Amino acid sequence: MDPISLITHLIAATFRVATPILLAATGETYSERSGVLNLGIEGTMFFGAFIGFYVADQSGSLWLGLLIAIIGGLLAGLLMALLTVSLGVNQHVSGLSITLLLTGLSLFAFRLLYGNMPVPPNVEVFPLLTLFKGIPILGVISEQTILTYLTFLVVTPVAWFILYRTNYGLNIRSIGENPEAADAAGINVFAIRYSALAIGGALMAAGGATLSIGIAGSFTDQIISGRGWVAIAIVIFGNWNPVKVMWGSLIFGGTYALQLMLQAMGLKLPIPYETFLALPYIVTIIALVIAGRNASYPAALLKPYRRE
Amino acid sequence: MKPIKLGWRLVRTDTPPWWMTPSIPVLILIATFILTSGLILWAGANPFQAYYYLLIDPLTSRTGFLEVLVSATPLLLTGAAVTFAFSTGYFNIGAEGQLYAGAIAAAGLGMVMENFSPLLAIPIMIIGGFLAGMLWALIPAILKIRNGVDEVVTTLLSNSIMAYIVSAILNGPWRNPQSGWPQSPDIAEAAHFFKLFPRARVHFGFIVALVVAAILWFILTRTSFGMKMRAVGMGKPAAEFAGIGVKKTILISALVSGGIAGIAGVSEVAGIQYHLIGALSAGYGYTGIIVATLGSLNAIGVVLAAFFFGLVNVGAQSLSGALRVPIFLSNIIQATMLMMALGMFLLKRYRIRRS
Repeated sequence: MDPISLITHLIAATFRVATPILLAATGETYSERSGVLNLGIEGTMFFGAFIGFYVADQSGSLWLGLLIAIIGGLLAGLLMALLTVSLGVNQHVSGLSITLLLTGLSLFAFRLLYGNMPVPPNVEVFPLLTLFKGIPILGVISEQTILTYLTFLVVTPVAWFILYRTNYGLNIRSIGENPEAADAAGINVFAIRYSALAIGGALMAAGGATLSIGIAGSFTDQIISGRGWVAIAIVIFGNWNPVKVMWGSLIFGGTYALQLMLQAMGLKLPIPYETFLALPYIVTIIALVIAGRNASYPAALLKPYRRE
Repeated sequence: MKPIKLGWRLVRTDTPPWWMTPSIPVLILIATFILTSGLILWAGANPFQAYYYLLIDPLTSRTGFLEVLVSATPLLLTGAAVTFAFSTGYFNIGAEGQLYAGAIAAAGLGMVMENFSPLLAIPIMIIGGFLAGMLWALIPAILKIRNGVDEVVTTLLSNSIMAYIVSAILNGPWRNPQSGWPQSPDIAEAAHFFKLFPRARVHFGFIVALVVAAILWFILTRTSFGMKMRAVGMGKPAAEFAGIGVKKTILISALVSGGIAGIAGVSEVAGIQYHLIGALSAGYGYTGIIVATLGSLNAIGVVLAAFFFGLVNVGAQSLSGALRVPIFLSNIIQATMLMMALGMFLLKRYRIRRS
């Protein structure tokens, strides 16, 4: 393949890989902006991948699969809210328990519904749109599913708009910074955190469903394999700003796609290909160190709010 | 306009009724049973029969009971590791990665100790695994103390980095020359943890885990350092005011925690697998967080929780064999119990009022 077409395919793959991560990371942005670190993200994505696949497979409708996955994620977000907002339990322990619960639940249900199949069952994934068919470069890059278009052109701009240009977004950010002051100003801390976590969970599950019914066409126990943790890293790297989170997702998508391409080409590299995969985590930790105490963490992150 | 109130308000009580503490585990178990019985019915089994296989059947045979100890061993160690860190309020989510750091050390040392006596090889591996786990815990700990970087995120991310390091090692220098599989060459015979009983998998790592738990208990309850740890855990400014070296205490607790998690990796390599594989740990580092939380951060509680989880793991195997209930029920039960416990611990300290 000539270099131009290699790069074009790399860019196309970057968007494809970045889509589920961006959805989940945007969900995590809503949660963390409201002051709750949701480590249930990995399990919620897994759950979304499972539900989306199952419903799509049974009903024959990919959209119905996506919708039910989103509802499932919303419920997962509400469960997280019940634990961390109403009960004021440790956020990381609650999040990990949700990840454990939803992973177990998905695998349990999958085994019951499909048995122990040697080859995983398949669904036809969302078709690729060919908006600029025949046009060089743009033709290949624009060959994405509708989910990728929706994510980059709707979900991210809307998230930015909500967080920075609406009253609701201002409320989310202020309870993430100083819940006491927000409460005193008449903002309902509990209701806003519940809603932010619900939106967050819905987006995480949509991210998972994008993997199963937008990319893979199947559901396996390895389908998420740490992408939730990548999303957590990207949210920090993107400074809790949906637009920067989008850039972060694209950088991750790019390194991931590059690594896949190099492996597929059978190139012998002086460094193991895992270096590329570990890069997002290392970069995030370095970014945290550089920002140091000035990292613009939502100030109330990890702190339960309780009215005395 | 009056805002709409959601949920309840918790009002602190200093005097929980006397029957609260002993009845909490029972309540948790009953609630978990009720919540999971729907799933068991869906799988076509009788919930009572299913819970018999889960909680009783493994204890009725010698093999079953000893398997519970095998399953409890890594959880005892990671539970102890997490407890050590959480006690000072250092939230080490990185036990999973530290476990693998210890496992790499154990596999690396174990491979080259062919001519060693087991009396030498085994302590070398345990110390090596402890140091490796400590080393892997060092970076987040230093970043926390020197740069104020939140440890929850750094330790969590370090798990993923470690997973890729293990993968790189197993696909690179240590790829098994005979099979070509991503698994390291076997460790030397001398480095194997000996079996405690004939015809059973339970190994020396179990003794190590019990000793670690005993040391944990001793440090936390019987030494001035343990008191300092708890003081720091309860509130850094107050501890500082009382003249406790807060940073030093946190650093030590973080490093020892990583070291103990490293021993869990040694124990799985030297006691069970005899080589390093990518799937060495079934999320033991994360389960350790649950074990520590359910054990309410004290050594005896951790031991009980680890045994209980070991029991559920083995029980889930016999359950899936006998009644065809998928084995993943054990994860669901563990998560449900944790959530119930988190709620109940609060009930103990608070009364619920409508807000």
